[in-house]
Amino acid sequence: MSIDWFIVLSALLFATGALGILLRRSPMVILLCLELMLNAGNLALVAFSRMVGNGQGQVFAVIVMVIAACEVVVGLGLIVAIFRRRIPLNVDDLRELRG
Amino acid sequence: MEEVLFFIAAIGALGGAIGVIAMRNPFYSVLALIVHLFSLAALFLLLTSAFVAAAQVVVYAGAVMVLYVFVVAYVGGGGESAWEPIPGQRFLAPLLGIALFIELAVAVLSSSLLALGEDGPHVQAGFGDPAAIGRLLLEKFLLPFEASSILLLLAAVGAIVLASNRRQENA
Repeated sequence: MSIDWFIVLSALLFATGALGILLRRSPMVILLCLELMLNAGNLALVAFSRMVGNGQGQVFAVIVMVIAACEVVVGLGLIVAIFRRRIPLNVDDLRELRG
Repeated sequence: MEEVLFFIAAIGALGGAIGVIAMRNPFYSVLALIVHLFSLAALFLLLTSAFVAAAQVVVYAGAVMVLYVFVVAYVGGGGESAWEPIPGQRFLAPLLGIALFIELAVAVLSSSLLALGEDGPHVQAGFGDPAAIGRLLLEKFLLPFEASSILLLLAAVGAIVLASNRRQENA
């Protein structure tokens, strides 16, 4: 299987994630779409690592996974805090970052 | 055989991704993302990176998705409002998504990387297994490894501060 198939699939997944961020309004689904985009980037990193033939791109992908976990933790903490203050979970209502 | 596995995993990954953005209920979106992550782990295995595939299943599909399911269950899957602030968002957004994909595909396929159209070099048996990645992480990339561990600690403390119950001083 040649590498460009993986890269084109990764581009397709990245565009799907970006489309979800443009379309959806729930902050939770937007976080899920960010996960999609980060995973598409991971797929490209691992594919390029296979193309070059050393494992450094895979280390990069593992670090990206750690960053994604941090982003999820902080984002879900924000969502829980917003929910506790009875603010509607809708990014259009949340555009003014005031309590 | 490899092509068949690739296309099965690719269809799973793409179907999961479309399911994430198409489902009305956030809970089903999370389930679709789990399908997507398992398919991506299969793709990582096809690229002979066993450790990344295992970390994908254990960390993502195991731990992170459990966190998502808990928060969806806590917040509740409310439907989205029908109010559209930007006129024509439903039509403009797919156009922008398709444009982004075409741009990325052109950028990849017109690049001068000659090795892109090949299978990649032949690698020996230990490529991408936990021992090789661990040696890279703890020898060559020790500083990014430690920095990411500090970042994880900061994120955990930040999440506790954000989500802790401090209603009395806010009121």
